Amino acid sequence: MTEKKTTPPTENCESCPAFYNLEQMGFKIGNFDRVVALAGNPNTGKSTVFNALTGLKQHTGNWPGKTVTRAEGGYQFNGVRYKLVDLPGTYSLLSASQDEEVARDFILFGRPDCTIVVTDATALERNLNLVMQVMEITDKVVIAINLMDEAKRKGLEVDARSLSRDLGVPAVPITARTGEGVHTLLATVADLINGDIVTKPLRVEGTPEFQKAVRELAPMIEQLAPGVPNARWLAIRLLDGDAKVQQALMSGEFGQLAARQQQTDVQFSRKMSVEGRQ
Amino acid sequence: MEANEILTKAESLRGTLSTGFRDEIVKSLYSQAETIAKRAVKTASNKKYDLDQKIDRLVTSPIVGLPIMLVLLSIIIWLTVSGANVASTAIANVLFGIGDWGRALFNQVGLPWWITGFVWDGIYLGLAWVISVMLPPMAIFFPAFTFMEDLGYLPRVAFNLDWLFKKAGAHGKQSLTMAMGFGCNAAGVVATRVIDSPRERLIAILTNNFVPCNGRFPTLIMLATVFVAAGFSGVASSVIAAGTVVGVVLIGVAFTFLMSWILSRTLLKGEASAFTLELPPYRRPNISRILYTSIIDRTIFVLWRAMQTAAPAGAIIWILANITVGDSNLARLIADWLNPFGLLLGLDGVILLAYIIAIPANEIVVPTMMMVYMGAGMMVNGPGTSAGIFDLLVNGNGWTMLTAVNLMLFALLHNPCATTIMTIYKETKSLKWATVSVVITLGTAFLVTFLTASFTRLMGWV
Repeated sequence: MTEKKTTPPTENCESCPAFYNLEQMGFKIGNFDRVVALAGNPNTGKSTVFNALTGLKQHTGNWPGKTVTRAEGGYQFNGVRYKLVDLPGTYSLLSASQDEEVARDFILFGRPDCTIVVTDATALERNLNLVMQVMEITDKVVIAINLMDEAKRKGLEVDARSLSRDLGVPAVPITARTGEGVHTLLATVADLINGDIVTKPLRVEGTPEFQKAVRELAPMIEQLAPGVPNARWLAIRLLDGDAKVQQALMSGEFGQLAARQQQTDVQFSRKMSVEGRQ
Repeated sequence: MEANEILTKAESLRGTLSTGFRDEIVKSLYSQAETIAKRAVKTASNKKYDLDQKIDRLVTSPIVGLPIMLVLLSIIIWLTVSGANVASTAIANVLFGIGDWGRALFNQVGLPWWITGFVWDGIYLGLAWVISVMLPPMAIFFPAFTFMEDLGYLPRVAFNLDWLFKKAGAHGKQSLTMAMGFGCNAAGVVATRVIDSPRERLIAILTNNFVPCNGRFPTLIMLATVFVAAGFSGVASSVIAAGTVVGVVLIGVAFTFLMSWILSRTLLKGEASAFTLELPPYRRPNISRILYTSIIDRTIFVLWRAMQTAAPAGAIIWILANITVGDSNLARLIADWLNPFGLLLGLDGVILLAYIIAIPANEIVVPTMMMVYMGAGMMVNGPGTSAGIFDLLVNGNGWTMLTAVNLMLFALLHNPCATTIMTIYKETKSLKWATVSVVITLGTAFLVTFLTASFTRLMGWV
């Protein structure tokens, strides 16, 4: 990589896309090398992150539940092209509402190369529940601690390192609105995908009986649907009696679901911005 | 390995676990989250947060919460009405001027009358009406609405209205989707995805149309300005016009509750479910983004859609008005044929004809209506002014206050536009519910206008 800069970067440089070899690619997502999903609680600024990276103008609004479908856009970072998928904001991945299903199906069956969970620095505790649920499904997780500016105004100090250590996945403080920390976030995502960062996500262990049950059930699922993304998680859901997962199992939908997530579901368009995302 | 086997195995394994095992896991998840968050976050006391809470206590208070909401709504509508009135007249003058000039030019070149008529009195006139009637209210309303949205006020609205929706057997989040409906009903219908329960989601979808979308606001604003506020001048007239529009909106909200209540006791029986709603912090709205979203994504988009339907509608009306049958024309004949039914509803045949032509997009009802009336050639004061429209409708075509009021009610209650019906079909994947949405709204519109018309006539007011 050739370095053209002559002056050392100042603080202002960090919010400028040119500084970190970011090319916003908007809709140009036909030809991508990696898939990155954006998950998070409602109203934590996922759409703002999405817009900052892709250069698209997806409508952002200050109310929970604004994004109800998934939108896709693209960006290029250090020569690698990424497809970014903005998922609906959800508090959990366990209930039956449509937005949660969209998010859950994509994280599980879409097999993104990395899932960024955007969290609200001012309400970290509540946000961590979702983080931990995502970590149950995939170990390729990067936490973006967004709204750091708001946290600062409220006199909150967030220690990303402590969080990262406890959860076993990288955590990056950012302020998506100004672009602060976005560079580090992208570099972390790239490192994680390359295998330069190895995660060890904290997972709920449960009782010995529970662990034994999971150990028995998971191989059976793998046998039925070879290549299914996360048999352990599916086993837990079945033990829990999740009707949706049972249904998918009976109809042999696991394979299909995995295939479907690879297609472009909804491309961001102006039409949608008015009809779906006001 | 069969799927059945796995299910059976899962069942039997579940038996080996203690009954509350999932609760245990969720509990440990939460307690871990709590510990980790406590370790990572240090708090210092602060004032901004207190201010947020103080504001919240006020705007979500059981006593003044609703009045504050009403005042904010009134302010937005007043701004829209008073600003739109001036701008509409100005735009209309310019556009109709261009029309005159174009017509003269075509005549000078010696083009046959029917080309001139088709282009300038058909297509162009349709476009000119749509732009002058719709653009100003949208250009004011959308930024104001987006501002409230960005500020974080919408969830507070949901909070305030929750108990009312619950009483109606519907979901509290329906107030969010209802608020979205003010912008565009199709958007409101899509937004119902935030509602978990299919039953409550259907109620929200079926009743979304009862709040007037931005396509219908201009109709309400025009009628309120021309008729209700006709006798007043200056600020008083705009306040009265805005008050009328607010009144109509409140009637729409009342019908939303009423219909939700009826649905949840008949077709969609069930109890309202509880939900948690997060009140997001107030955020300083980003003005440039508000302008971008509201002008480009919303105003221009909606206007463009309206223009796409207005141009062919203008052409159709012109053709209908210029196919002579005996000593009348086709538009007149159809209008005359619809007239008895129209009168029954306190409307007339031309209005119904305009509604039929405007099914693809409600926003072009007024322009369509105007064009049919103007086909009869009765425009004294200039088409863009309130006085001109009043002239045309009252002196030229026998409108009364009943016609104006019932047209407002009809515009509020009638069937969703084609886009919204398509969206309902896509969201529910059911022809049945798409049909039900049309039947409910159209039925309500017919019933209400019929009742008001009969009552008014019975009392001898018209």
